[in-house]
Amino acid sequence: MSAALWTIVIAVGLLAVLAVIFGAVLGFAAIRFKVEGNPIVDQINNLLPQTQCGQCGYPGCKPYAEAIAGGEKINKCPPGGEGTIQSLADLLGVEPEPLDAEHGAEKAVPTVAFIREDECIGCTKCIQACPVDAILGAAKQMHTVIADECTGCDLCVEPCPVDCIDMIPVSVDKSNWYWQAPTSGVELIATDRHHHLAGDAA
Amino acid sequence: MTDYLLILVSTILVNNFVLVQFLGLCPFMGVSNKLETAIGMGAATTFVLTLASVCSYLVYTYLLIPLDLAYLKTISFIMVIAVVVGFTEMAIRKTSPLLYRVLGIFLPLITTNCAVLGVALLNIKRDNSLVESILYGFGAAVGFSLVMVLFAALRERVAVADVPKPFQGSAIAMLTAGLMSLAFLGFTGLVSI
Repeated sequence: MSAALWTIVIAVGLLAVLAVIFGAVLGFAAIRFKVEGNPIVDQINNLLPQTQCGQCGYPGCKPYAEAIAGGEKINKCPPGGEGTIQSLADLLGVEPEPLDAEHGAEKAVPTVAFIREDECIGCTKCIQACPVDAILGAAKQMHTVIADECTGCDLCVEPCPVDCIDMIPVSVDKSNWYWQAPTSGVELIATDRHHHLAGDAA
Repeated sequence: MTDYLLILVSTILVNNFVLVQFLGLCPFMGVSNKLETAIGMGAATTFVLTLASVCSYLVYTYLLIPLDLAYLKTISFIMVIAVVVGFTEMAIRKTSPLLYRVLGIFLPLITTNCAVLGVALLNIKRDNSLVESILYGFGAAVGFSLVMVLFAALRERVAVADVPKPFQGSAIAMLTAGLMSLAFLGFTGLVSI
């Protein structure tokens, strides 16, 4: 083999060996620093109101959180309103934008669904529509709403064939006032949260 | 010992890679809008620069020279830098997802930060030993981080200042960078190596 050819073989061989070593290093790093899921999605999801109402165009809050992490706009959540947009903007380091009117307006006061029970025919259609399972009842039996679990998303009003569901504004009085705790960081279901906080205040 | 100290002072202040040698200007202008981002970028670049400086020195001294392949130094240094940046990217993604998101495209772009390749090549040109290479890379990175942080702090103040319309945005940033560069020229003659 001529000397010139030999030089080329050594040069190519060296680059190949380097490439293999570096590939091994990166392969090791990929396993060592493997990221389970996307942690930013959980942080976004915690800021969303968890109404699961679907007004943003996604099937729930978690899918919308995933979409935001992928670059979706942050102004599509009417239940959260300006407060949620502001905290999302702070988290992600982007400019806050006004709420996108296409997805609905922010409610001035929070509401809760109420079923006029003597008119209910027990069709279960509202139960199937409720994203947070806040409606109790069975076929041909009267239904009722667990007020603490209801997120006020309006999704049960449309399917009701006898229009017996009202959205009632939640007024603050002595029976339902509770101390607004700073974020506890503990995941609780809505019913527990009220009792937990009432216990704290007492 | 004095030599090592001189290398540090020289790379951080006198021959600052950004403001005097004009290397690594892309992240200098691109990621200096917010102070936190600039600090994150400075830390990531420090890690990459120091590690790439050492690795490229080792590759050059123990592989390229014995095999008489010194002419392959540029391409092998680019490989070394790409690997170190890839490694850093994975580490940051694991340890600080928020910094990973904020730095965005500028994190993989450390690969094309000419200061990194510049330090690796200058190490060879200056016949630095291993320790000198480490200090040279580290000093360059500290100098880079220093001006990044200073510049980001200046830009945060400029952002709220009453700037005439034609100078707003990049124009005033360029002017600020030019004035900073002039200020750093004042260090010339502080040490000579």
